[in-house]
Amino acid sequence: MDRRNFLKQTIRGGIVAGSTLAFGGVRAFWSTPAIAAGPENPWDLVAIRGGEPDEMFDSAISAYNGMKSFVSRGDRVIVKPNIGWDVSPERGGNTNPKLVGRIVEHCFDAGAAEVIVFDHSCDNWRQCYLNSGIENAVEAVGGKMVSADSEGYYREVSIPEGRRLKTAQVHKALLDADVFFNVPVLKDHSSSLITASMKNLMGVVWDRWYFHRNDLHQCIADMASFRRPDLTILDAYHVMMRNGPRGVSVEDVVQMKAQVLSTDFVAADAAGARLYGVDPAEVRHIKLASQMQLGRMDLKNLSINRIKLG
Amino acid sequence: MRQRNLKTLRVAAALVFLVSTSLLFLDFREAGAIKLADAVLYLQFVPSLFSFLEQATLATGGFLAVLLVTILFGRIYCSTVCPFGTLQDAISRAASLKRRRFAFTKPHNVLRYSVLAVTLLVFLGGSGLLVNLLDPFSNLGRILSNLARPALIAANNAVAPIFEAFGSHALYRVQWPVIAPVSIGAAIAMLLLVAWLSLRHGRLYCNTICPVGTLLGLISNLSPVRIRFDADTCRECGRCERVCKASCIDFKRKKVDVSRCVACYNCLSACPDSILHLRTTLPKGRAGKADSGRRKFIITLATGGLGLAVTNAKAALPPGFVPSRPTTIPENRTSPASPPGSVSIDHFTAKCTACHLCVSACPSRVLVPSLFDYGPSGIMQPKMGFASAHCNFDCTVCSQICPSGAILPLTKKQKHRTQIGKAHFIKKNCVVYTDNTNCGACSEHCPTKAVRMVPYENTKGRKLVIPEVNQNICVGCGGCEHACPTRPYRAIYVDGNPVHKRAEKPVIKKLEPAPHMEEDFPF
Repeated sequence: MDRRNFLKQTIRGGIVAGSTLAFGGVRAFWSTPAIAAGPENPWDLVAIRGGEPDEMFDSAISAYNGMKSFVSRGDRVIVKPNIGWDVSPERGGNTNPKLVGRIVEHCFDAGAAEVIVFDHSCDNWRQCYLNSGIENAVEAVGGKMVSADSEGYYREVSIPEGRRLKTAQVHKALLDADVFFNVPVLKDHSSSLITASMKNLMGVVWDRWYFHRNDLHQCIADMASFRRPDLTILDAYHVMMRNGPRGVSVEDVVQMKAQVLSTDFVAADAAGARLYGVDPAEVRHIKLASQMQLGRMDLKNLSINRIKLG
Repeated sequence: MRQRNLKTLRVAAALVFLVSTSLLFLDFREAGAIKLADAVLYLQFVPSLFSFLEQATLATGGFLAVLLVTILFGRIYCSTVCPFGTLQDAISRAASLKRRRFAFTKPHNVLRYSVLAVTLLVFLGGSGLLVNLLDPFSNLGRILSNLARPALIAANNAVAPIFEAFGSHALYRVQWPVIAPVSIGAAIAMLLLVAWLSLRHGRLYCNTICPVGTLLGLISNLSPVRIRFDADTCRECGRCERVCKASCIDFKRKKVDVSRCVACYNCLSACPDSILHLRTTLPKGRAGKADSGRRKFIITLATGGLGLAVTNAKAALPPGFVPSRPTTIPENRTSPASPPGSVSIDHFTAKCTACHLCVSACPSRVLVPSLFDYGPSGIMQPKMGFASAHCNFDCTVCSQICPSGAILPLTKKQKHRTQIGKAHFIKKNCVVYTDNTNCGACSEHCPTKAVRMVPYENTKGRKLVIPEVNQNICVGCGGCEHACPTRPYRAIYVDGNPVHKRAEKPVIKKLEPAPHMEEDFPF
């Protein structure tokens, strides 16, 4: 199948997916992918625009032949969204709850034994879990929200490739997981310019003060070398364009209605930077990660599946 | 109803008050107990009185109801509403298999009236110190908040990993509150004191030290309905006196000292012939004369306990933090920050009874007991502890639950404009200045962007940003100070406003659309 056909089918698939949702069709229609994908992992990156967060994910994951490409029966899955702030979903401070919920659903449909969701929040974690809408969305489909608010949940690991960050205390749930989905939200960020995929990993460590004290960007890149996510799903539905990462009001947010999927989270960050409107090379941790060969930021050399819904 | 059954009713009511009050302090999973705070604490005498002095409304008039009931029926408050009284009963009940036997004693009038008088004089003189140290509700609060709650959290944290081993996350581990040795010491001292007194002497605390008990005792002298002997039929078995934990029944002289009777009604059920009755007759002149007060050591013991371990609340460092490259410029703190809604430090310290309900209920754990931050008379009154936490922008819990009116209710909107302090930046402590690397943790946490990052020229030619503070829109939440990674001194800190101010609203401009919004994909 050539690329143009694939795109057409993808778009059609997306429409089918969307209308199935809209007209209350079969709940688990994605278990039989509407879109035939090419050979194994044909894309370096899948980008999608124009739909709701959950339906965009349905279409995008189909481009990877569905969730079964990542999750096997009986797997323990970690879904790591950004739940850093006690703000409501439209403020764009946290990952969209509809997206997180749908990812958890897909995991279970693919046979996951357990899906655990957590973040080491900056604001009070109970308020963050509740007011982000993520706890409700996850528990409604059978996922587990787990606390990351106590040092007892963490275990010290070494970061062999780290330059400034040699060890870190990492959440045990992640260390014990079979599959790791990184589900950040794209945002403006006061100190790292943007926050997306790699920066989201600061939420799996306990002692993140160390990052700030010891060259933040280098530590972000160092942490990225520890455990690369099996898939990164970058939420760019509501994108905070200024005053990040917490935001001051909804006026900071544009409704971009986009999503980026990639097994390479440096590439996902590069795409995120472009969506936000900066050159990936301007974001130092993206550049560092690329230099450390943790992934690729040269988007023009990647095979990208661009899907437009709606 | 038969009067014998009054005791059962009293026990049931007392348990309701003790359990519901305890839940307010012990609900560490934030299951919503604090929503009932207003109702549960409505009748607590000192908090209600303070609240009423702040704003005289029906909602703050609980103590008036207590006074009315006391004028009519005596100190029912002390055996039902007062959870500290019930705690003493529970301790003495739990500690001895056999029921304790009591005997009539003379009242310690000099002691109890002196304590009441001095407490009142000191209060009128502008210091709530004695009220705070002696108020039964606040004492119970400090015991629950500083001892029971940490014990419960420890138990929870010990059991949670067992659940986790079986794949259950029904329990979750909870972080420790900030350690405040003085408050813990005071709580232990008071708990030991009342435990010992209640074991040896029943309700002696309530009848000698407790200013509320003494005040209500004075008033109960007026009560027409009280326990009386049917003198002609009494066969002088003495059972009533032996069960009287207030030691106020003199069966030989057929007298009940109503000023010390805590209306527990144990005597009513103990009397085999129902000779004792709750009864109305015209109030008579009261008995009771001055006593030498030989047990003044009790007060010495209590104050001695306070002296235990006088050190400040420990400022928690980030766990595992090694203070490398220590900072050199100390923060210049001129005032502690009092919680939002407390109007000013003067208002707060005048009204706060240091019951620590806000300390227990604060979801962010930013409220911590102070030492001498508010001066010696403000000991143990809570302050904002930004070293280990910050105040959640949208949270108004402390202002909703404060029973004494020290923290007045705020809406979310009002809170967003309440400036309890202002952020101050010390550039020479900042990581961006010392290390030439980006940090920005302070600005990340700032809910109003009073701390924003601006370009920073540096010798290394790097693209760096450094904090800049706009104090006009700062609310003093402490997010910046909490997040700042430098030690021992922070590069940014909040200095409290002695009088809270109104922060300006952050200017919110329309967002210019992102350059590529019309395109499909900018890559």
